[in-house]
Amino acid sequence: MTRKMRRLSVILACGAGLGSASALTLSAFSDNLVFFMSPGDIATHAPAPGRTIRLGGLVQAKSLRVDKQDGEPVARFVVTDGRTTIPVSYTGILPDLFREGQGVVALGTIQPDHSFRAQEVLAKHDETYMPKDVADALKRSGHWNPAQGPAPPASTWNSVTASR
Amino acid sequence: MIPELGHFALALACAFAFAQAIVGLWGAHRRDMRLMAATPGLAVGQLLALAGASLALVLASAWDDFSVVNVAENSAVAKPLLYKITGTWGNHEGSILLWGLILGICGGLVSVFGRTLPSALRARVLGVLGGTSAGFLLFCLTTSNPFWRSWPAPADGRGMNPLLQDPGLAFHPPVLYMGYVGFAVPFAFAVAALLEGRIDAAWGRWVRPWALVSWCFLTCGIAMGSWWAYYELGWGGYWFWDPVENASLMPWLTGTALVHSAIVVEKRESLKIWTVLLAIGTFSLSLSGTFLVRSGILNSVHAFANDPARGIFILGLLGLVIGGSLLLFALRAPLLRSGGVFAPVSREGGLVLNNIFLCSICAVVIVGTMYPPFADLLLGQKISVGAPFFNATVLPLAIPVFLAMAVGPLLPWKRGRLMPLVTHAWWAALAAVAVGGVCAGNMAVLPALAFGAATWLILGSFSEVIERTLLFRAPVANSVRRARGLPVAVLGAAIAHAGMGVTIAGIAGMSLSSNKIVEAKPGDQFKLGGYEFTLLSLSSEPGPNFASRVASIEVTQGGTPVAIMRPSKRNFASQNQTTSDVAIRTNFLRDLYVVLGDERDGQAVLRLHVNPLAPWIWLGALVMAAGGALSLADRRLRVGAPSRLRAGAVPA
Repeated sequence: MTRKMRRLSVILACGAGLGSASALTLSAFSDNLVFFMSPGDIATHAPAPGRTIRLGGLVQAKSLRVDKQDGEPVARFVVTDGRTTIPVSYTGILPDLFREGQGVVALGTIQPDHSFRAQEVLAKHDETYMPKDVADALKRSGHWNPAQGPAPPASTWNSVTASR
Repeated sequence: MIPELGHFALALACAFAFAQAIVGLWGAHRRDMRLMAATPGLAVGQLLALAGASLALVLASAWDDFSVVNVAENSAVAKPLLYKITGTWGNHEGSILLWGLILGICGGLVSVFGRTLPSALRARVLGVLGGTSAGFLLFCLTTSNPFWRSWPAPADGRGMNPLLQDPGLAFHPPVLYMGYVGFAVPFAFAVAALLEGRIDAAWGRWVRPWALVSWCFLTCGIAMGSWWAYYELGWGGYWFWDPVENASLMPWLTGTALVHSAIVVEKRESLKIWTVLLAIGTFSLSLSGTFLVRSGILNSVHAFANDPARGIFILGLLGLVIGGSLLLFALRAPLLRSGGVFAPVSREGGLVLNNIFLCSICAVVIVGTMYPPFADLLLGQKISVGAPFFNATVLPLAIPVFLAMAVGPLLPWKRGRLMPLVTHAWWAALAAVAVGGVCAGNMAVLPALAFGAATWLILGSFSEVIERTLLFRAPVANSVRRARGLPVAVLGAAIAHAGMGVTIAGIAGMSLSSNKIVEAKPGDQFKLGGYEFTLLSLSSEPGPNFASRVASIEVTQGGTPVAIMRPSKRNFASQNQTTSDVAIRTNFLRDLYVVLGDERDGQAVLRLHVNPLAPWIWLGALVMAAGGALSLADRRLRVGAPSRLRAGAVPA
């Protein structure tokens, strides 16, 4: 085998590795990209049923209740961006940081009855910090204008209800 | 007073680092022996100053000096002493200081163990390390100084994030950082080699142990992080493809490639340019991983700070280090001449294949991790890339690696044939097919395949050892004699490869885990995975700086008691936060895992898991690291080992 052939085989192997990596990436991107949506986004252009999305917003005050379904406890609450609301159901233990009136990010799918079924609920924040996604959703919904000062502390979001 | 001393020591270390960079690089350039001889002393001085600064921060925290902003924001009087000490590196400022300290340790070790290096190479390596260190210490001093004071001092601190109050945190960051920062040494060697325009086998022999040590630490650090997520977050998972986890996985992948390609440089003087690029790439990924996460550019639980000044400084520094080294690479790499040629089917060929696939996996992980923030920045799209993406892309690329890594070491250097692989490893392949077949009858396809792959790896990895000792074919005494003469590195490689198999078996077992969410009152019994879980009682118990609710659960198997498990929920009053304390019982073949959720009307939500083979995931990582450590003990790696004996005096 000549030197040229050897070099060619190495280059071919590199090409095969990178080529398969990019092919896999592209095909996985088309199926598995998860879009972040606020309740308002879902109302205006709903995602395809079965498509996994991330829903972000605030847990509406006094909306949390837990009931039983097939022997398993199901948490039901309402997520709002200040304008639009969407009911969410979740089977499992809510994260320790989950509070009414605070930001939440849920991963799941839209059900035929236009409710949101969460597979995963994240509440990665503390008293003063609001997840960036949630803050952006609030800004877009017009509920909070950054020009008028910093976001009010999360505890006061308890008063947030779906207006209009 | 103590914080001022610490602040001074930090500034001194920064000055030492600058001096080390200038004296080392200038001295090597001018071939000035006196300047070159001065660099090790400067590196040790930098290390001592950094040790002093770290000690000062630990003391300030242990003695509750709340006039120090960093202590006031992350500590509290009621915090247990262990966490006052370990908490110093659980926040942004402290972790940067720890980062600097470990870089200082690397410099110190190069000065002490590098006495047999050519003096110009050593001066250049220390100069590059000093320059990197200077940049980050300057970052620490100007934007994230842990010694900043505030007056008047608050009466009590804000306390640390309760999630971080855990013994795992005491060791996870230092071990992980040893891994990240350790790759600075191969990086410095690579840059020094580019400056000199020369790489030889001795260079490979120097770089490999450093890369291997860092790789072992990084492996342990990643495993500890995953284990921490498993028992502390209480989600029942062990890997979430969170940006920060990916940030540690990326340098691990290229670091693994580096450890392998350095063998080729050392043994065959081939793949030199590629190895230099890998050394630069691995450290660049370590850097960008730690700092992109810390700067809050990647949205993650681990983001400490969202300060734009820090972000810009970090980006500038990253650009300087990574861009500078890549520019140097582009300019100087053509000077490095490659040595031995090899056929595609050969040990070198196998290692090239390993490198291609590891780097492809790394590329995929980079795309998945970096695309969301860039899409947000450039296109304004809010997207995330989750586990399904990574599973769909990483798995197909990892399978060829698993297939090849068991038998790759059987190939001879330069040129080989595939047939001997079949004759030497057929029994491992047979066992793998048998295990896979038996599993396929009882479970889904993917876990069955994974169990087959794990068997293949664990058994096949030892085929080289068996082959070289003529086990079962020669008399036992003969085999024992051959085993004694076997290079330790061969055994180390076999163990490390088998460790990967153990981890795969653990991951496969974990995918068969069963779980159940129940609402229970005392006396209720639930069946899961062949076990009965009975809730005995719910009670309140006090803790040092928290109050907890504890559930007592009796686990039985067919009536015989197995364990009493006590998961709890802790409420930290000072931060008004709750954390879950998971109860785990393991017998190394399965984990029982119980999480306590919310309570209402005397009923508690419980999540019960039975996780088969779960501990093997982390056990495998430990085995891998042990294999790496074992091959470090190989005599062939210790360059100039005899000459070290004559140097009696300890350098300043």
